[in-house]
Amino acid sequence: MESVIIILAGILVMIATYLFLSRNLIRIILGSALLSHAVHLLLMAMGGLKKGGPPLLGEELKTYTDALPQALILTAIVINFAVTAIFLVLAYRTYQKTGTDNLNALRGFKDE
Amino acid sequence: MLTINLAIFIPFLAAIFIPFINNRFKQTHIGWFILVVPVVLFIALLRFIPTIARGETYINSSQWIPSYGIEFTTYLDGLSMIFGLLITGIGSLVILYSIYYLSTKESLTHFYIYLLLFMGAMLGVIFSDNLMALYVFWELTSISSFLLIAFWYHRKQSRYGAKKSLLITVSGGFAMLASFIMIYAMTGTLSIREIASSIDSISDHALFIPALILLLIGAFTKSAQFPFHIWLPDAMEAPTPVSAYLHSATMVKAGIYLVARFTPIFGGGDLWFWLVSGVGIITLFVGSFFAVKQTDLKALLAYSTVSQLGMIMSMLGFGSAALHAGYSPKSVVYTQAVFAALFHLVNHSTFKGALFMVIGIIDLQMGTRDIRRLGGLISLMPVSFTIAMIGSFSMAGLPPFNGFLSKEMFFTSALNVSNLDIFSLNTWGTLFSVIAWGASVFTFVYCMIIVFKTFFGEYKGRHHENKQFEPPIGMLISPIILGLFVVGIFFFPNLVGKYLIYPALGHIFPSMTLQLDAYSITAWHGFNTELMMTIAIVLVGGFLYLTLHRWRGVYRLFPETRSFDAVYNHSLSGMEKGSAKLTKLYMTGFLRDYLVYIYLFLVAVTGGVFIYTGAFSFDLSQDSPVSSYEWIFVVIILTAGFAILFAKSRLTAILLNGVIGFSIAFFFVLFRAPDLALTQTIIETVTTVLFLLCFYFLPEWKKESSPPSSKITNMLISVAVGLIFIVIGLSVNSGNLFEQVSLFFEDADELAGGNNIVNAILGDFRAFDTMLEVVVLFIGGIGVYSILKLKKWKGEENIEGD
Amino acid sequence: MKETNDVILHMVTKVVVFIILTLAIYLFIAGHNQPGGGFISGLVLSSAFVLLYLSFDVETVNSGLPLNFVVVAAVGVFLSVTTGFLAIFNGKSFLTHTFTSKTFPLIGKTEMGTVTLFEAGVSLAVVGVVVTIILGISEDV
Repeated sequence: MESVIIILAGILVMIATYLFLSRNLIRIILGSALLSHAVHLLLMAMGGLKKGGPPLLGEELKTYTDALPQALILTAIVINFAVTAIFLVLAYRTYQKTGTDNLNALRGFKDE
Repeated sequence: MLTINLAIFIPFLAAIFIPFINNRFKQTHIGWFILVVPVVLFIALLRFIPTIARGETYINSSQWIPSYGIEFTTYLDGLSMIFGLLITGIGSLVILYSIYYLSTKESLTHFYIYLLLFMGAMLGVIFSDNLMALYVFWELTSISSFLLIAFWYHRKQSRYGAKKSLLITVSGGFAMLASFIMIYAMTGTLSIREIASSIDSISDHALFIPALILLLIGAFTKSAQFPFHIWLPDAMEAPTPVSAYLHSATMVKAGIYLVARFTPIFGGGDLWFWLVSGVGIITLFVGSFFAVKQTDLKALLAYSTVSQLGMIMSMLGFGSAALHAGYSPKSVVYTQAVFAALFHLVNHSTFKGALFMVIGIIDLQMGTRDIRRLGGLISLMPVSFTIAMIGSFSMAGLPPFNGFLSKEMFFTSALNVSNLDIFSLNTWGTLFSVIAWGASVFTFVYCMIIVFKTFFGEYKGRHHENKQFEPPIGMLISPIILGLFVVGIFFFPNLVGKYLIYPALGHIFPSMTLQLDAYSITAWHGFNTELMMTIAIVLVGGFLYLTLHRWRGVYRLFPETRSFDAVYNHSLSGMEKGSAKLTKLYMTGFLRDYLVYIYLFLVAVTGGVFIYTGAFSFDLSQDSPVSSYEWIFVVIILTAGFAILFAKSRLTAILLNGVIGFSIAFFFVLFRAPDLALTQTIIETVTTVLFLLCFYFLPEWKKESSPPSSKITNMLISVAVGLIFIVIGLSVNSGNLFEQVSLFFEDADELAGGNNIVNAILGDFRAFDTMLEVVVLFIGGIGVYSILKLKKWKGEENIEGD
Repeated sequence: MKETNDVILHMVTKVVVFIILTLAIYLFIAGHNQPGGGFISGLVLSSAFVLLYLSFDVETVNSGLPLNFVVVAAVGVFLSVTTGFLAIFNGKSFLTHTFTSKTFPLIGKTEMGTVTLFEAGVSLAVVGVVVTIILGISEDV
């Protein structure tokens, strides 16, 4: 299962990278969302999958799955939301100001 | 009692309060308040003179960066005493002078903050015992000098001069830092005193020579020695008080201080001797030779400062021969050279300070300092004339002024060096006396130019009825005091010699017992060679001055285009152009290009390491089994992912992204992570809402218009990145080195009072992370809020430029 | 803008919001021993608010619920940071939580600790930020 999830995450990274390299702002934001999904899956797989019960004490279980990756992912999910929000707002403001969402058209000053 | 540690920080502390004082007392010139600082420090230092003259030292130490052995140790001995008195004494006079020189319309707070910054830094340089502290203060003097030169920053020349001085002195300081590090590597200590005592063990070290050379580069750049002297004339764009203070009396003497301080450490070898005295004597000649050519009085003084600094430097070089010879009655002659150097250092500060101030007065009153437009001022400004004459004649080496004494001593030491039989001096030594004499002839010529071209001849300015030419008396006080010193030192030289210079000498030659009797200064030695040289200087110099217009053409042999200035300008513009070209080569302004660099680097480096070390391993034995519905979700995620690439409308793409998110939430359920599943579900919902909201305002999804070739490149790069990711992930997964750490958290109930381990980690074990995460989230929220709400920002339209 | 007939939506929202709020409070309290916790309850709470804002318009909600969500977020951050300092006054290191368990009638054995305050701060911060972001974008026409 772990290997399958890692390969799945890798393919998601591949798609995210392709989206990153495009010229469209929205595609880039979608790419960042996909990348975070991939990272969550990777973190999850690193802790071992289905190696025991949910990390809740007092459930009469002998073993628990690794709780640390879960805590990490929980943090990451929320931070990701904030990042996506900032990205979106930036894109929106950029479009409002410049009238384009094409990165090539957004290239700034000559000497930049 | 005022400790020296504190003395260094008083100017810095005072600088902090300047703006408050300025706001409170708007009517008064703020300089009056500042004046208190150097005067108090000067008096405080004066109280140390009797004990210092007995050869005592004061050491104050406090911890600064204890883990690196960097202590803030100050050290007051005879040598730093001279400099300390110069800094505070001349500082007081200059500030008094500046009160009249700068009107309240100038940004005085800036000026005095920079000046106090400089004063504190300079005191730090001379009192620091620790090399690193010395370095920091050293660079601080460069920076404050930069700020002061650029005080009238609206002038192009000021900015040019400031940049030039900063570049040259700071790069010299950098060389000095390298030298300090080498010294540390050799001796294992950063304290100058300890280094001086352990010097015998390092003179054979491989780093000894590089450290010596780099140290001298630092000293030469700061003291404007040839060929680094080019920054000093351009630094004259600073206000005149600054020129008088930094660029003649104190900062440029920091290099002299450094050489004097390190003479017991590096001196004694032939390399040190030849470099210090050779560079010094060349600087002496070049400075005085080119000073004659100048028409701007301040530039003339700048070149003359260069030349005088060279003279002091060469005398320090001569003196280092004493360390080679060891203590003997013969070597006393060479220690006298150092004595003369320090004596001239004091004398130079007095007469050059006076000259600068007088020229500042002329500049202010006449509106020009070009000697071609000046003349006949003697009847208009008799007091200024007297001071200028005292200063110039002293600089020229005429009695009855202090310059005469030190110049005679300089000739004595130069003649003595010729008699030396070490360092192959018996063949080349005579050159020193010849060059010294020749340079002094030119010195005489430019001194005459200052006096006669400015004050005699015909008045060329416009005639004003009832115009007050002589400045207010307050402005004249400082140059008068300095002028009195010039004359006074001539008549009582041994007062200075005994109480200031002789104590310093003991710290430059710590291994020798020096008799005070050998260092008495007398004006009259009988008709010896030195006096003959002076008489010849007056005759030849007078002749050259009178025939100046005939031989001026000589300077055409040295065109501006081949000077060191031109080298500096060319290399600077060359570097600017080169770096601009290099930057333009890869900074294209396209996000895609930068991402491509990052990805290629990632693939090349991590992929390369993987191939090189053969770290890839693939082990399925630890994997848990895959059930059929898990396969279904894998397929769903993959399909959705690829479909995003081909999505025709952006709504489809968002929904597909949502599909992936919810499928991952399902995975979290399967992987026994209920908290994650809950969070993921809700976040996915909110994110989708967010996307939809934004898309309401964003343009329709356009078809990707990139050319097919770049599409293929993108594809290759993304496949490579994905593969690297997979390879790393699989290798790490199969090479599981550690047991899972979550066993540690099994006592969550006892430690944190909760059964949910994930929440116990978030809320208790790693609560600090969670707290910071909340802060980050909040910052993100504020970011979004301010991007959206604060768009009508002041001047935004101008920035956007449309 | 054209008047739309959202009676059903309004009615459903009025009921559902309270269910969601209850769920959020449940998740918050359960978080200690069961799945749940500050983040999730914060997110659920904010989804309740978002639903309110979606079905009614911003002005209507604001008149009934005069909350500045930036302030809510700030209060949350402040709360979670200050609970960290409580431990310092106790002579322990920053963010060390203390807890006691008591048995109340009706409710049974209950654990109480400063971690609840900390989680409340987290929760408020999440609500504040999420609603601020969404409101910010939707108001900006």
